[in-house]
Amino acid sequence: MATAPAVDQMPSGNRSEARTETEDERAGREQFERLISEDSRIEPRDWMPEAYRKTLARQISQHAHSEIIGMQPEANWISRAPSLKRKAILMAKVQDEAGHGLYLYSAAETLGTPRDKMTEDLIAGKARYSSIFNYPAVTWADMGAIGWLVDGAAIANQVPLCRASYGPYGRAMVRICKEESFHQRQGFEILLELANGTPAQKEMAQDAVNRWYAPSLMMFGPPDDDSPNSKQSMAWNIKRFSNDELRSRFVGMMVEQVKVLGLTLPDDEIRFNEDTQQWEHAPLDWNEFKEVLAGRGPCNAQRMERRREAHEDGAWVREAAAAYADKRAATAQQKAA
Amino acid sequence: MSESNASATRTTPGNALRPEDIAASDLKPSTDVAEYALRLGDDSLILAQRLGWWISRAPELEEDVALGNIALDLIGHARSFLSYAGHGLDKTEDDLAYFRREPEFRCAHLFVQPNGDFARTIARQLVVSHYQFELYSRLMHSTDPTLAAIAAKAVKEVDYHRDHSSQWVLRLALGTDESRRRMIAGLKLTWPYVEELFVDDQLIDTLGDAAVRPSTLRAPVDSLLASLFAEAELEIPAVPAAVGGGRHGKHSEHLGYLLAEMQVLAREHPGATW
Repeated sequence: MATAPAVDQMPSGNRSEARTETEDERAGREQFERLISEDSRIEPRDWMPEAYRKTLARQISQHAHSEIIGMQPEANWISRAPSLKRKAILMAKVQDEAGHGLYLYSAAETLGTPRDKMTEDLIAGKARYSSIFNYPAVTWADMGAIGWLVDGAAIANQVPLCRASYGPYGRAMVRICKEESFHQRQGFEILLELANGTPAQKEMAQDAVNRWYAPSLMMFGPPDDDSPNSKQSMAWNIKRFSNDELRSRFVGMMVEQVKVLGLTLPDDEIRFNEDTQQWEHAPLDWNEFKEVLAGRGPCNAQRMERRREAHEDGAWVREAAAAYADKRAATAQQKAA
Repeated sequence: MSESNASATRTTPGNALRPEDIAASDLKPSTDVAEYALRLGDDSLILAQRLGWWISRAPELEEDVALGNIALDLIGHARSFLSYAGHGLDKTEDDLAYFRREPEFRCAHLFVQPNGDFARTIARQLVVSHYQFELYSRLMHSTDPTLAAIAAKAVKEVDYHRDHSSQWVLRLALGTDESRRRMIAGLKLTWPYVEELFVDDQLIDTLGDAAVRPSTLRAPVDSLLASLFAEAELEIPAVPAAVGGGRHGKHSEHLGYLLAEMQVLAREHPGATW
């Protein structure tokens, strides 16, 4: 699931770099600029500007954290899934998200930050993850709405990231997007089954769509005129489309799919603007977005508590595994000597 | 439908046999075979329900994935056994999972034991995976072709579960003082419920070569565990066996809570499909 978070403050420092540039750095910079202008890939050992490295390290680690925190709202329904088939699918889905987190942490590690450090930052509340996961999954239909809307928005965001200029990120996204499209389909299928079920089931489905619609649109990040750093990410071929472009495209897809479901989107201002060739929607409550981002959402504290608890309760297990590995290595060395 | 009907008849060991195939097949088990399939299905279902709790709570992300995988395998086995049992009882796998009452479940007490800490979960998994491996590697030669086919698929998966739990027993027993203390405590909490797995009863006598006689599994399981315990410098806990009865619907206090949670949504909407 999980979406690449919108780019925020970009670190500066290019000027001092330029002043102290060595011959090697100049060659590296020229190669970097050439690769970007050719729309080629930057690989871990290539020279890259510090700001590019930092931007990516932050974006990829935030993306990884989002996968891991994003497991929680769905894990909340594993024990109560209403059929064995749904239980199996949900378990597999949440497990996929752990797998996505693992690929992404690995991709981020190629930029020089160890996974332990990223985990510590998350636990300490220093790192961000996608705000969408700070909303509660209170009914079974939320498993459908999260799959359809949240994973749908994530895919719309992530498909262009498969072409991101940083090789390990782009390749991780290719794999993740394939699984995400399964996830979205299963979410759609859950909603379709509910929408064609009993009146109580249909009501549950509509209620979930009503609650997840606006938060899923906000997953694309702030409006373009309020997203000052998107421009640099686009220049570096990390980001390919603006937040508003992606959001508009997503609304266009959902407005068609919701008809198949026989449900409605809680937005009567959706229309296609022939002049701009963009889908338009009702204004979003960016105040709410900022509040949740600032930690004042319904589940921020709960999500962090769960992650911290799992990490702290598991410390003795990780220590045991490390101690055992050390002992084994020492024994192997003794034998070799 | 034609595809699932076609594969439903492929019950030779080794061929994938999906729960949907079994449900769509015309393979009707006898009441006794259905009762036996309920035991096997309930064991896996209840343990999968327990293990599912770890997903998003494990000590490492790799363990979220590993325990999730084991739970998924077990759900798969449960669905196959319950679909087959249901075929003989005119019920679906979901009727059996969600609409039976506590005394109608046939799981042994070990499977419903609480997760506790990671060491206790591993101790339970160690016993279960060794027991199930020995069971399925014999059941794949059952005279009942459906049980044989389910077992043939399950045994390969359970073999990985065995490896996973054995590796963790070694790490925890030989890792740190703290992990060793917890591993020993976890085994001690688990051991009272081991005995019940190996008890024969009248149903087993009736089924003959369609089933596996539980008492015959005791020696191979004990011998494998003994060699692992020697390597891990552990001893078989000296604790008395608890009185079981799960196979006849006599359960511990734990099962009611587990079922209440598992069944709540399905029971709120009887007759609904999902």
